[in-house]
This record gives sequence, C-alpha cells and structure tokens, in this order.
Amino acid sequence: MFDNLTQRLSATVQRLTGRGRLTEENIREALREVRVALLEADVALPVVQALIERIKVRAVGQEVLKSLTPGQALIKVVRDELTAVMGTQNASLHLAATPPAVVLMAGLQGAGKTTTVAKLAKHLIDHKKKVMVVSADVYRPAAIEQLHTLAQQVGAGFVPSHVGEKPVAIAKAAVDAARREVADVLIVDTAGRTSIDEAMMAEIKALHEALDPVETLFVVDSMTGQDAANTARHFADALPLTGVILTKVDGDARGGAALSVRYITGRPIKFLGAGEKPDALEPFHPDRMATRILGMGDVLSLIEDVQQKTDADKAAKLAAKVAKGKRFDLNDMKDQLDQMLNMGGLAGLMEKLPGVSSLPDKVKSQVNDKEVQRMIAIIGSMTKKERRHPDLLNGSRRARVARGSGTQPADVNRLLKQYTQMEKMMGKFARGGMKGLMRQMGGAMKGMGGRGMPPR
Amino acid sequence: MPSLWNKLANRKPPPPVDRGPAPLDDEAPVAPSIPARQEPGSPGWHASALPNIANGPDDLLATAAAAVPRRGWRERLSDSGFARGLSSLFARNPVLSDELLDELEITLLSADVGVNATAELIDDLRRRMHKREFADAAALREALRSRMVALLEPVAQPLDPGGRKPFVLLVVGVNGVGKTTTIGKLARRFQQEKRDVLLAAGDTFRAAAVAQLQEWGGRLGVPVCSQGQGADSASVIFDALQMADAHGKDVMIADTAGRLHTRSGLMDELAKVRRVLGKLDAEAPHEVLMVIDGTTGQNAINQVRQFIDAIGVTGLAVTKLDGTAKGGVVFALAREFALPIRYVGLGERAEDLRTFEARAFLDGLLPASA
Ligand SMILES: Nc1nc2c(ncn2[C@@H]2O[C@H](COP(=O)(O)OP(=O)(O)O)[C@@H](O)[C@H]2O)c(=O)[nH]1
Ligand SMILES: Nc1nc2c(ncn2[C@@H]2O[C@H](COP(=O)(O)OP(=O)(O)O)[C@@H](O)[C@H]2O)c(=O)[nH]1
Ligand SMILES: [Mg+2]
Ligand SMILES: [Mg+2]
Repeated sequence: MFDNLTQRLSATVQRLTGRGRLTEENIREALREVRVALLEADVALPVVQALIERIKVRAVGQEVLKSLTPGQALIKVVRDELTAVMGTQNASLHLAATPPAVVLMAGLQGAGKTTTVAKLAKHLIDHKKKVMVVSADVYRPAAIEQLHTLAQQVGAGFVPSHVGEKPVAIAKAAVDAARREVADVLIVDTAGRTSIDEAMMAEIKALHEALDPVETLFVVDSMTGQDAANTARHFADALPLTGVILTKVDGDARGGAALSVRYITGRPIKFLGAGEKPDALEPFHPDRMATRILGMGDVLSLIEDVQQKTDADKAAKLAAKVAKGKRFDLNDMKDQLDQMLNMGGLAGLMEKLPGVSSLPDKVKSQVNDKEVQRMIAIIGSMTKKERRHPDLLNGSRRARVARGSGTQPADVNRLLKQYTQMEKMMGKFARGGMKGLMRQMGGAMKGMGGRGMPPR
Repeated sequence: MPSLWNKLANRKPPPPVDRGPAPLDDEAPVAPSIPARQEPGSPGWHASALPNIANGPDDLLATAAAAVPRRGWRERLSDSGFARGLSSLFARNPVLSDELLDELEITLLSADVGVNATAELIDDLRRRMHKREFADAAALREALRSRMVALLEPVAQPLDPGGRKPFVLLVVGVNGVGKTTTIGKLARRFQQEKRDVLLAAGDTFRAAAVAQLQEWGGRLGVPVCSQGQGADSASVIFDALQMADAHGKDVMIADTAGRLHTRSGLMDELAKVRRVLGKLDAEAPHEVLMVIDGTTGQNAINQVRQFIDAIGVTGLAVTKLDGTAKGGVVFALAREFALPIRYVGLGERAEDLRTFEARAFLDGLLPASA
C-alpha cells in the first residue's frame, strides 16, 4: 500500500496520535512499521532486530516523544541510526605496502567480481598507478578471457593464466610477474564460490595465505536478499576482509544487503558498482544508502520546498477544484509544470526523490528542463477551449499544435498521455491535499525522466 | 512419495565437467568445521556499540554455518538454517502459542518469503489456531505445509519443447544470474532426450560472453551460432533460427545479455528480438525463460514484473539454490505472477539442473515430519 517508510510512518503516527499522544507504549507499533520497511528492503532479519533495539532506545527518548512532528522525528532517528551503522564514507584502497600491493577479490558466483577488477584497475590507473591483473578463476568457462578483454579495455597489464593451472600457482607466478614489471598494484580475480563449498573456501584461504594481500574485498550484489548475512559471515570467518564492494546499484533494489554485510563483517563499504562499464565505480555515501534502503528520498525537504515555492493560492485552488470532482485540465497541468521549473526544475527535484540520488551523476546530468519547457510550449499552442477539453484534440488538431510549438506529433501524443496519467492520479488523490499533489508531481517526473538515459 | 528430484539427486553423477571430484550425493554427512568467530580486529562501533546478534534470540546465522555441501538437493536444502530452525523448533513439540507463530514467521522471513506472503500465511494460521483447528504443533505445521504447497503446485509446470520444430527458447534475466550456465545445462538435458540442439550467442555485450557459450557448446558437442562481441543480438538470434530451421534442429536456445530491468532502452532490445523472430515464426519464441538468482531478495518481484512487460515471460528458472540462500522469493513470485517455474539450478556443472517440483522444493524447506 505505502511504498515508502515516510508514508507508512506518517499514517501510523497519525493513527496513534489520533488516539492521544505518542507514548512509549504505542511507539512499538511505529517500530513495527520500521521493521517491515527494513525487511522489504532485504535487510537480514537478525540485523533488523538488532537495529530496532538501537532505534527503540532513542525513539523512547525525549527527542521523539516531545517533538511536534513525532513521525518525522522518528524517521530522522531511523535514518541516523542506519547511517551510523553504515559507517563513514571510505572510498580509498589502502595500498601502502612494498609494491606490488596485492588486492584479492572474493564473493559468490555472478556478484560482479571480474567486472569490479576492471573498474578498480581503471580507477587506480586514473590515479597514476601501474596496475596488473590476473585471473585465478579456472572454473567458469571463459572467465580468464573475460578478464583479458577487460584488462585491454582499461589498459591494465594482464598476467596470463590457464585452466589447467592451480589457482595458488597462478597467484604466486603473478606476484613474481608484477614484481618484475614493477607494478604498483596487482589485482587477483577469483572464481565465485558458495560459502558452504568447503573445498572452494579452503582454496581462497590458501590464496590469501600465498598472496598476503593488503586489501581483501568482498563483492556483493545489491539485489541479494536475506542470505547476504549468512554469506558475509562465512566469508568474513574464512578471510580477514578489509572492505566490501556493493554492485549493481544502478538497478532499483533497495539494497538492504549493504546494511547486512556492513553490520555482519564490520568492514567498510568502499565502493559501489553502478553499471557494467569499467568507469561505473562510485564512492559510497552512507547517508544516501540509508535513504535508499528506507525508500524515502529526501521527501521531507521536498515537502518543505514545495510548501515554500509553490504558489499557495494556485495549489489551494487546484486542490479545491479537484476535490469538488472537477476535472484536472491542461491549464492545471501547465501550472504544475511552471511551478516545477520554479522549484529549481527537474534537477533540483530529482536530488530529493527516492532512489534518484543514488543514480550515477552521469545519468542525472542528462536530465534537464528542456522536456518540461517543451511540454509547456505544446500546451501554449493549444486554444483555450482545447486546454479545458483535452478530448477535443483529434489528429488534425494535434498536428496543428505540433506545428505551432515546433514539435513532432509524437511529442504532442506523449504529452497527452502524460496528462491522462496525471488526471487519473489527481482523481485518486483528490482528497489527499498537499500530499496528493506531491505524489502526482513525482509521477509526472517519472514520465519524463524515464527517457533520455545514456546508451551503455 | 519419492520425488523425481531425489531420484535424480541420488543417481551417480556423471564425471564433473568443471570442478574436482564431486562426492556422491548420498555420502554420509561430514561434521562441518565451523571456524571460530573472529573478534573483529578493528573499528569501534562493530565490536562494542552493537549487540552481538550471533547470540541473539534466533541463531539463524550460526545454524546455517553448519550446512554441508554437495549432497542431494533435498538434503542440502533441509540442512539449511531455514529448515533446521524449523526442525528443531518442531522437535521440541512446542505448545500452540503466538510465540510459535512468531518463530515460524521469523523462519519464513529469513528465507526471503517476503513480508506480505509471510503475513498472509501466518495470519491464516493464527486465525485457525485461535479457532482451535489444530490439535498440536505438528498439525499446525501440516497446515502451513499444505498452504505453501498449494501456492507452488499450480506453478510447477515442466517445459515441453516438443510439438514445435524448431522449438525456440529465449533466455533472459538481469546480470550474472546464471543465464548462460542454465543454457549449458538445458542443452545437455535436451540432448539426453535425443533432441538436436542449436545455441545462439545473443549476449554480444559482455566481455567473453560469446566465448563462454562456445565453451559450453564445445563441451557438449552442440553447435553455437555467433557473430562475436558487438554484433547485433537480434540478428544473431534471427540467423540462428534460420540455421536451426535449415538443419532440422529440434530446439534453438538463445542467450541474451544480462540487463537490469530498470534500463528501458535495453529492455526494448528484447522486444526487438521477439519482433525479428516473429518474421520467421509468428509464435517464436515458444518459451521466454527468465532466470532468477536464488539469492535475490524482494527485488526479484520488480525484475519479473518488468521483464513480463518488456518481452512476455512464459517460465522461470531459479538458480544457485546449492548455496545458503533458500529462494523463498518464489512464493512471492507465485502469488504475484503465477508464472510456471520450470527448473532449479543446484550448482555450476552441466548436470546441476532439476525440474521444479512444488512438494520437493517444500520438503527441503519445511520437512513433513521430524
Ligand atoms: N548493471 C550492472 N551490472 C554489473 C555490475 N557489476 C557487474 N555487472 C554485471 O554482472 C554480471 C556478472 O559480473 P561478473 O563480473 O562476471 O561477476 P563475477 O562472476 O563475480 O566475476 C555481468 O553481466 C556484469 O556485466 C554493476 O555494477 N551494474
Ligand atoms: N553455485 C551455483 N552457481 C551458478 C549456478 N548457475 C550459474 N552459476 C554461476 O553463476 C555465475 C554467473 O553465471 P552465468 O551463466 O555466466 O550468468 P549470466 O550472466 O546470467 O549468463 C557463474 O560463475 C556460474 O558458474 C547455480 O545453479 N549454482
Ligand atoms: Mg568472474
Ligand atoms: Mg551470460
């Protein structure tokens, strides 16, 4: 029903305070909502339970109970706790060792280890390091060739290895090669392994022993569910991990695995993998991750923004109009678009929306207000009557509007489709007042931001 | 009822293709060596600031550590923290109480069954328990079992590649879930059923993806149609279908690049594959098999939804159930989409594929009796 914690908690707190004050007693109910939100975000249950304990201690403290807006105060506590557990931003690799500094990768099958080797290599090469890579994955078909291709792409030295060799022998030979070539860093890729495969876990322990790496990085897929805790524990027990890399954050997984793994291993998340290409490596921001896990974006500050910058009169008029069952028309849509530009445009709004903040900057920079301006221009080319009665817009009228606004008929069609969606939503949230408005703006944004993503 | 999975699992495995010798499936359990938990050597908050969850009320993590690798799939699953938690729970023959339900809830949640599906199952049990429908804890367990089987049984529909020639199977899914490996396994299975198979190297994006599929083809003696990295995926698959047709192949399996379901441009490419295939055979692909990584959490629901929208998924395969993950998200998937679940993946070798069977899957998670 509610897709983010803010909505969930607001509703609960409203219900609770409706019956009186928020008390130590009924805060329990609010915490249950937090629990559900964390579980839906795939935070491992034991970690959820430990977190709830921590949050409870602070939530029953005065800051929440005394607050005029206990729901929001509680959200702040939750987010602060999550951020604290996730640790500090720590994007650096510690490579202070007699060269070559060795980096060992470990993780489950398909987590993104090999791709991450290429990303790390590129990152280090960009920082003027001489980097070599080697694959000790003699199991997965074409794994060595995969790394070879990637090494060439990023300009890293590649130490050849062969399926018939023993991984430990490969690793030792690679250290020798890296020393001969005077490389600063040697990154050792390994095969994926399940944490209960004893032979394979023994193998990676042996690799660690032979290599004595300065960094042992656990690579984990951000889409992982409850098992992230199990697996992280097994790997942390087998290897002295020094850091975690969370991959595939370019998807829409809430990424509770980040919290589970951080909590279980106690090791910092050093980087995020945000795409398939070697440049898709990003620093980790604990606060953004907390926000993403809670699925809430900076909705709070967005609400403030909207309250400050929307034309309160117009908004109230619109709300009243829709509440009375009157139709949301294209004039209203134009008002909304104008206000969106007033609020700093899409880029300004995007920063604050759930999930968006964790998109790669590259993607974000692609979003601009041209589309909004074009939409406004299209509506501007319609007659008053058409704006009030969008149904009038048949094929020939649409063609005229397209000509008038210097756009294509397809653009006009798309605008009308977006209008229809907004109208539908307005109906749904007719009685939601400001909140309804908010959500509707979020929806409109999705329609626009969804396109224009860069090709990979 | 002895399940097909068990029969398959108890069969002596053929010589392994990838990894060192695999122990026999019925090998006696080896006492697992659980490494002593290391005290975290560094930074502050972890060591002291947080409660030690390993000693918490539920010792799920610790129990899972005791699992034993490489045995029958059912044994593997029932050795999991999930099944073990349940078994020890019921072995104590507890009284019917809300605490019992709470523990069951924890167990389901820890297996990725998801908040909604879990709540539905537990609420139903609670209602019936309060109506005194269950004589004891065992009866309650049976009730939970039959509810869960009832959820999965309708979706346990095996794939039949007969009736069409060539039968076109398109394999899709997000990155790294096991598409290419599953194709290798399927090729072997179809081959054993005396079907003539052709593979299409439709992942033209990822480094060495073509080589990976070619190696599978080489191992199995199955031809692979490819145009190398960077080629147009749809045209590779189109050519492969033409070739399959010309050579009277029974089955054509097309690999595709992994793509996150949120990338609309890449999702559109899948629609293009369908369009192009339609020119040769209006009904191709006859199966769009979506591969789900069994370690995935609730995001699997979004994944399936988007792939259904983009290309019209007709069946699912769930991989990597040989690890510690339980794949409980299939309950949520069954509830939400009711798509047939065709196969499960239980390892990296060609023979590590099983037909999905509801009761067998559940036996691993929630054994019928102690
Ligand atoms: N979208 C996305 N895909 C990724 C990311 N990291 C890895 N991948 C993809 O995930 C799949 C598995 O990656 P690979 O490096 O082979 O995993 P490994 O088995 O752990 O070595 C490949 O298709 C990669 O392109 C990421 O950050 N984002
Ligand atoms: N343990 C285990 N690993 C698997 C299974 N299926 C695939 N894998 C591994 O997962 C990784 C990614 O598989 P791949 O087929 O390349 O995935 P794709 O990117 O979806 O094509 C490889 O290391 C495979 O060996 C399975 O059922 N169990
Ligand atoms: Mg790899
Ligand atoms: Mg593949």
